[in-house]
Amino acid sequence: MKHLLSAADLTREEAITVLDTAAQLAAAAEQGVGKLPPLRGRTVVNLFFEDSTRTRMSFEAAAKRLSADVINFSAKNSSVSKGESLKDTALTLEAMGADAVVIRHNSSGAPHRLANAGWISGGVINAGDGTHEHPTQALLDAYTLRRHLCADQADLAGVNVTIVGDILHSRVARSNVLLLHILGAKVKLVAPPTLLPIGVETWGCEISYDLDDSIAGSDAVMMLRVQKERMNQSYFPNAHEYSFRYGLTKARMNKMAQHAIVMHPGPMNRGMEISADVADSARSVVVEQVANGVSVRMAVLYLILGGAES
Amino acid sequence: MTNNVTPAESSDSRVVLDASDISRALTRLAHEIIERTQSASNLTLMGIPTRGAALAQRLAQKISEIQGSPVSVGALDVTMYRDDLRLRPARALLPTKIPVEGIEGRLVVLVDDVLFSGRTIRAALDALSEHGRPEAVQLAVLVDRGHRELPIRADYVGKNLPTSSKESVRLRLVENDGIDEVAIERAK
Repeated sequence: MKHLLSAADLTREEAITVLDTAAQLAAAAEQGVGKLPPLRGRTVVNLFFEDSTRTRMSFEAAAKRLSADVINFSAKNSSVSKGESLKDTALTLEAMGADAVVIRHNSSGAPHRLANAGWISGGVINAGDGTHEHPTQALLDAYTLRRHLCADQADLAGVNVTIVGDILHSRVARSNVLLLHILGAKVKLVAPPTLLPIGVETWGCEISYDLDDSIAGSDAVMMLRVQKERMNQSYFPNAHEYSFRYGLTKARMNKMAQHAIVMHPGPMNRGMEISADVADSARSVVVEQVANGVSVRMAVLYLILGGAES
Repeated sequence: MTNNVTPAESSDSRVVLDASDISRALTRLAHEIIERTQSASNLTLMGIPTRGAALAQRLAQKISEIQGSPVSVGALDVTMYRDDLRLRPARALLPTKIPVEGIEGRLVVLVDDVLFSGRTIRAALDALSEHGRPEAVQLAVLVDRGHRELPIRADYVGKNLPTSSKESVRLRLVENDGIDEVAIERAK
């Protein structure tokens, strides 16, 4: 693995290797080994053109636990705010000896450009680009699903996952659909018609506009965040109506199967797409997803940087 | 490491230990460990995956049969601590199992299949120190094939196997490969 730009870049075997590696790394952490040596002397740059405290912290913790040196670059107070291009930023990082760049960018395709333009020699990890993809989120979701639903299974065959909310703008949904299919799970998308992208019928998912119809048959319900700025863009009449039709309430949660889990990539809008009692219930694995995120990102960094340069 | 990967059909292969030889060697190792550690109650066997871990389980079984009480046994993955990580594509990690007693203050016997350069054992000493400070660390191997590159020596050896550096030693165990066998293979 040289880069991780899209969940679709992974073969089934590679995806399983990431999950297995993450499981061993999580076990090491549980055994009290706080720091591992394999990336000693390597430099990981967190290049964040968009604010994301959680993802950046997760990558930073992951890199540090593998003994890498971490440089954080946030566009807000940097040369980018003075008008520097992605190319010049990349050339600067290359000159500083970055072995891997973790990039979050508001333009879809920026990580792909960074990886393939010949500006830098190190690996590139997509930490979310525009409305395109967020592959490490999909990997941590797959890891969480496997842990809870597939104890003795390498992949996610036979698991039914329902993704609810703003599919149109969600890179989390895109990466999840790709990876869940690679791992053999079935995916159902539930959203108002206005929040489904054109061409969604080619994704190979069942599509529904009705959350109540979709809940009982799911092994996992993944709620997506409704971004505040969307509320003023007439995708739905108002927050209350969205919440009424597409919010996960206690009443809806009680219709879920006994073993089914509730997921959310965070940050949550309590009372909007997920009610507070659901978020805090025993079925909610939201906090565990955060912990799993560090293990999965460690696995990705180790697999990209830990071996010989390919 | 055990060997360089050489497909059986492309090399001369000579079986040097069969299943009963391996079983006898392990029995002798078990007796030696008991003798040298004087049935220490704080004995812990730590096998290096994959085959060393299987051998540690077998040794623990034999030792507990002989002395009539269970022996603490675990597995220790050394991948992250290897000095040749950068020479090959990233390797898969293997399970580490620390026994409930831990390793702090214990007499730890590392168990591996084939002792060759000694680099795996150096990595194991580093990996072990992350989990605690044993009272002492000893090393048991089924086969010592020579060609050490580090000042490391085994305390218990099942079989000394003089080899040429062009040969590779292939050890198969029922747990991993369906057969107990040690063969010397000559790379073509």
